Amino acid sequence: MTIFIPTPLRGYTGGKDAVELEAATVSEALDQLTASFADLRKHIFTPDGKLRAFVNLYLNDEDVRYLPAKDATEVKPSDTLSIIPSIAGGR
Amino acid sequence: MSGVRLTSAVYAEIRSHGEQTYPHECCGALLGVQSAEGWSIQSAVRAGNTRTDSAHNRYQISDIELLKIERTARAQGFSIAGFYHSHPDHPAQWSQTDLAEAHWLGCSYIITAVEHGQAAATNSFFLAGAGEEEKHFEPQQIVIGE
Repeated sequence: MTIFIPTPLRGYTGGKDAVELEAATVSEALDQLTASFADLRKHIFTPDGKLRAFVNLYLNDEDVRYLPAKDATEVKPSDTLSIIPSIAGGR
Repeated sequence: MSGVRLTSAVYAEIRSHGEQTYPHECCGALLGVQSAEGWSIQSAVRAGNTRTDSAHNRYQISDIELLKIERTARAQGFSIAGFYHSHPDHPAQWSQTDLAEAHWLGCSYIITAVEHGQAAATNSFFLAGAGEEEKHFEPQQIVIGE
């Protein structure tokens, strides 16, 4: 599958904007990604291993948080996983 | 002070957007390319403000819209280089809310003050720091050029 890396995290993937890997589930894909690029982990997960609140994961067009199996959802080689930090603000 | 380069069309577009949504905040993404000199913004993509409950002083881009914007950027050979929004009847300075909700480290956050419906100052702030715990905004010079 392909994991798309957002601009702020590319400094931790050697400048790559996409990473190809083989995994059975979303969770396994993220584990592989952060095993390959160790500095990435703290930007995606809290110290106790939970996905940071502002980090959104989309498996193709679906928000992983709302999938029935969440990050245990099985993935196919043709799937894409997008990491999307949120954006908001105001005066 | 670091700088961010905007085409004149992008500069006009983000200011115009702020005038059109007044008295509500506008928001959108900035697409561009990065070089040793910093970001060069080639395109501004308008986004809807999902904070309809408090649109005069808050903005939020939906995650699914952001996903689509990122796909657009990739298809055009660009990256998301930052975001823009307006401050209706308020200075073009970042707020604590802006900082708390900013997570795109290494990107530019451009704010336009809109006074009585007219775009006034436009300022850019670079989100610096090695992580969430030490992130901070640094003023950035806006350079207009094609």
